[in-house]
Amino acid sequence: MITKEKIWKTVLLFSLILIITACSKKEDPAPEFQETNLAPLSVEFDNIVGERTLTFNNTGSPYKNAAGEAFTISRVQYFISNIKVTTEAGKTYTVNQDSSYFLIRGDDKATRFAKVKVPEGDYTSLTFTLGVDSLRSTMPIDKRTGVLDPAAGGGHEDGGMYWGWNNGYIFFKFEGNSAVISDDVNGDPTGKKQFKYHIGFFGGYNAPTLNNIKVISVDLRTAGIAKVRKDRQINIHLFVDIMKVFNGKNTFKIAEKPNVMFDDFTAKIAANFPEMFRHDHTEN
Amino acid sequence: MNKKHWIVLCFLGLFILACKKDNPFKEEIEKFLGFQKPANFPDPGYNFANNPVTKEGFELGRALFYEPRLSRNNTITCGSCHIQSSAFTQHGHDVSHGIDDRLGTRNSPPIMNLAWNKAFMWGGGVYDLDLQPITPITTHEEMDENLENVLNKIRALPKYTAMFKSAFGTEEVTTARFMKALSQFMVMCVSSNSKYDKVMRKEAGAVFSADEQAGYILFKDKCASCHAEPLFTDGSFRNNGLGISPINDKGLYAATLMETDKYKFKVPSLRNLQYTAPYMHDGRFLSLAGVLEHYNSEVQATPNLDPVLDQNGKSGISLSEAQKAILTAFLNTLNDTDFINNKMLSEQ
Repeated sequence: MITKEKIWKTVLLFSLILIITACSKKEDPAPEFQETNLAPLSVEFDNIVGERTLTFNNTGSPYKNAAGEAFTISRVQYFISNIKVTTEAGKTYTVNQDSSYFLIRGDDKATRFAKVKVPEGDYTSLTFTLGVDSLRSTMPIDKRTGVLDPAAGGGHEDGGMYWGWNNGYIFFKFEGNSAVISDDVNGDPTGKKQFKYHIGFFGGYNAPTLNNIKVISVDLRTAGIAKVRKDRQINIHLFVDIMKVFNGKNTFKIAEKPNVMFDDFTAKIAANFPEMFRHDHTEN
Repeated sequence: MNKKHWIVLCFLGLFILACKKDNPFKEEIEKFLGFQKPANFPDPGYNFANNPVTKEGFELGRALFYEPRLSRNNTITCGSCHIQSSAFTQHGHDVSHGIDDRLGTRNSPPIMNLAWNKAFMWGGGVYDLDLQPITPITTHEEMDENLENVLNKIRALPKYTAMFKSAFGTEEVTTARFMKALSQFMVMCVSSNSKYDKVMRKEAGAVFSADEQAGYILFKDKCASCHAEPLFTDGSFRNNGLGISPINDKGLYAATLMETDKYKFKVPSLRNLQYTAPYMHDGRFLSLAGVLEHYNSEVQATPNLDPVLDQNGKSGISLSEAQKAILTAFLNTLNDTDFINNKMLSEQ
């Protein structure tokens, strides 16, 4: 005899199975990791300043660092290179080096995405270099194309990122103004009250020297792993907090160090760089 | 045919032979030989595989070397501070005299035997000839221009786009092509025909005089550890005990930030000294006599003084007047008139 109870139990069981199958369908299991099965991935470098968005020359409402110094920003640009992604299981894919150099420029929103191709898969970790690796920094002129072209962006007084006299690139260029800067040789003798932080040094051509290259790893598990598939445009949205240049572990005052380019203090500032990057969310 | 006919034929044949001999000879003169390593030189360090010297590439490089558009206001060429008659230095200038009459901080070094150079600039920082020209082009006191502007000015001139096409296949003007053309010209600036070279290669019975020979022996004893033959530099950076300059130029340190590099400058070649005064990175010595006296009695124990100049508790290299005289006689055998007069290297 088939009782009503049994029928209900069967229905319930089927429903459960249905729900489970539906769920697992939604789960969208990660495709098998194949190095040739490439799909688009973008990494967004969204520049912010502390609790505020990045605006240039906002003299009406300047930013304020931890030392209480008011400042405005006139230039932010940096190299991102050697992008790598890793799955939960520890499979790592490194983007082809020739397609892995990006110049992120605060004055051009179009440059905020580093667009690469990686195998389909679910990635829990993102790794990249802030700067230009030493290998590329010593390569012949033919390999220095696109954003690495020494002619790109004009001279280093402007948007250029190449240091002719020292065969290397500026990794991170950050300029702005602050009333705290003196008008003498220790500040800005032109009276423009400008600060300039040009941070480079890749470790030396043939003898080891200062190395300010920073390899940065971002754990994607808290704010959303990247499920890279061919039919989607996945975007890992990072916040890049420029305020951390001043307020990172090596806090410093603009008034004391308004110009940092060719000295050991560049290492102190570079040490703050990893703190700038924070994963906000992933658009899957 | 009679005897007369035969004589006429023979004469004709002679004429033909004479003509034939003449033609290949002319071709030989016109033929571009490319880069040739002098017999008494080591293998060059420049990567010729990545940039083979061609006639068209060399000619483009030469045109660019003498092109004032490389500077901001189109007034200064590479040749302004690297003058061939001064062995491609700026004779008579202690420090380089560039755009808007601005003065640099260092003495203009020779464009000479650069294919054997491992590092560029008095204070290093540049280790690839193909990247070297960016420095004078962008330096405030030299050409004060940026590379992007230079390339745009070059692109606008049909003379150059045609030359780029001959040299590289298309009219495209890129940073790499621009730099490679300049390198092709610069590596061809080889000085290897001094009396010293002819003696070493045993050419046409060339021999040193007694003084030159004595000077050569003294040179090998006292100078050759840094000014190594046959390039007369070992390419290293050393502190030769110069008093610290008023601007406190720290040399190699500026590029490396290593304490052990403070006050080290590149060891210059001693070739063509007759044409390249003044001497040292800041051109402080007007004559060879001044340089020799520096080593004899003026070496100062500044940080990182080279150990070879600080032996047995005495700084410098003792030189008697007689020794200075024979040393000078030898050093004068390093002057190369072929090099400073070579039309191929001149502005056309």
